[in-house]
Amino acid sequence: MLRLPAFRYHRPRTIDEAVSLLARFDDGDAMPVAGGTDLMPNMKHRLFTPGHVVSLNGIAAMRGIVAVNGTGPGSRNGGAHGGEGPRLRIGALQSLADVSGHPLVRRHCAGLAEAAGLVAGPQLRNMGTIGGNVCLDTRCTYYNQTEFWRDALGYCLKKDGTVCHVTRVGRKCVAAHSADTPPNLIALGATLTLAGPGGTREIPAADFFVTDGIRNTRRAKDEILTEIAVPVAEGRRSAYRKLRQRHSIDFPLLSVAVTGDFAEDGTVTGLTGVVSALGARPRVLAGWDAIAVGGRLGTDVIEALGERARAQCRPLENIIVDPEWRRAMVPVYVKRALRALA
Amino acid sequence: MEIVRLRVNGDERVCGVPAHYTLLETLRYGLGLTGSKQGCDKGDCGACTVIVDGRAILSCITPVWEAEGRQVRTVEGLADGTETHPVQDEFDLNGAAQCGFCTPGILCSSVALLDRNRSPSREEIRTALAGNLCRCTGYEKIYDAVEAAAARLGG
Ligand SMILES: Cc1cc2nc3c(=O)[nH]c(=O)nc-3n(C[C@H](O)[C@H](O)[C@H](O)COP(=O)(O)OP(=O)(O)OC[C@H]3O[C@@H](n4cnc5c(N)ncnc54)[C@H](O)[C@@H]3O)c2cc1C
Ligand code: SF4
Ligand code: FES
Ligand code: FES
Repeated sequence: MLRLPAFRYHRPRTIDEAVSLLARFDDGDAMPVAGGTDLMPNMKHRLFTPGHVVSLNGIAAMRGIVAVNGTGPGSRNGGAHGGEGPRLRIGALQSLADVSGHPLVRRHCAGLAEAAGLVAGPQLRNMGTIGGNVCLDTRCTYYNQTEFWRDALGYCLKKDGTVCHVTRVGRKCVAAHSADTPPNLIALGATLTLAGPGGTREIPAADFFVTDGIRNTRRAKDEILTEIAVPVAEGRRSAYRKLRQRHSIDFPLLSVAVTGDFAEDGTVTGLTGVVSALGARPRVLAGWDAIAVGGRLGTDVIEALGERARAQCRPLENIIVDPEWRRAMVPVYVKRALRALA
Repeated sequence: MEIVRLRVNGDERVCGVPAHYTLLETLRYGLGLTGSKQGCDKGDCGACTVIVDGRAILSCITPVWEAEGRQVRTVEGLADGTETHPVQDEFDLNGAAQCGFCTPGILCSSVALLDRNRSPSREEIRTALAGNLCRCTGYEKIYDAVEAAAARLGG
């Protein structure tokens, strides 16, 4: 039996109400919850013990998946400006089951649909939201444990302690970014909308994550992710591949999201690969355009991109699974994802 | 203590609970509905699965307040009076339960599936039950039972 710590539960109806509730309490004493599939287990493990939990589930404005006919090319690297082209707007409260099954998402962002459908197991996809997935806490073998377990080990940097059991030296937490949808949102050039006490702001998904395992996003504690906008374009294809121990439910040991733009004759006009579950933030693989743009996505190009990815990725022991094996799987999974595009 | 109002298996239930109770704790310790099991109590095993507004969810990590105003169905509410649900019958006939600890959750996941899809493929059954751990049966008889129930329901 794992009891939740005591807290008060708030059920605001609007974004403004939710933001002012979060801002009203001391640093960290109020936390938002959506599906609760990450926060509730973490609270049961005493990783968070907020006195106030602010449920976002009554906020109708944070639901819905709609296509918006913008002007312009639906560019993936337009940053905030990309938001003016044709795009899909996904409310942060949409469940992962809804996102993975939605016809518009499947048609325009196949990689995102695949990723949402590969999160956890079916009950968790019914409960868990895409907003919660983007804001998911990082994970580590020494962190996602009961209070009793962590106490026995003497705790760690990320919570209550002074050492990192993964790096042993160093003052940096390297807990793994473990959410499935963000690598796809980055590869697809998505933009996130955050609402805070000072109003709303937009931030490209690519800039949202930082390399600090303790707190790996740029979201302030009193900000809420309200909406995700994914630019769409003709000739764009995306795919996702995920390595995990049990295919039925587990978090990724390695994840690979790829998005390519193709001319009518199959020539690559842009290609992005993002790898995650290795460190605190998803990693955009560098140098892909130079290898792939201007030609076709043939076997030799796919081979070269896979090798490049291997050279760029070094898994750590933040998950107790042989890091050499995880590293060896990098080119394998990158190539599988790319073959799904070709 | 706070008052929570729930609609469980068609009944209006009112119950006093601490504000931080989960739906599972409320069902088991507030309402005496101990069919839903407390296994891992943290979202890993599926023993606590119940159906809320037609979808299978994990009651051990659902704050009880999220169930207010929604239809909750537990293993106790699957039978129609004294008439067992075809899935329950087929679990019996196919030997799909051994120790039985996972069974209430698996029945709920199965009924949620069949209410949406009357003729699921074997693969769809496997996918729908992927979040329910069973340490005894090896799953095959469970899939057989769900298939047989689907056939009886006219899939
Ligand atoms: C057994 C198990 C297996 C899992 N496997 C996977 C997996 O394979 N892949 C994966 O990606 N995840 C996995 N998860 C984690 C989780 O189920 C999903 O990531 C889910 O999408 C989280 O969404 P949620 O709405 O439930 O988040 P919540 O638990 O509600 O919130 C998660 C965090 O984000 C914050 N938050 C939530 N919504 C917002 C918002 N709109 N704005 C600002 N902050 C917000 C919360 O404060 C909290 O810190 C697993 C969980 C379990 C229990
Ligand atoms: S990476 Fe180190 S500091 Fe971070 S959670 Fe793991 S053990 Fe703790
Ligand atoms: S008891 Fe809820 S998932 Fe295990
Ligand atoms: S019958 Fe024993 S766990 Fe499934």
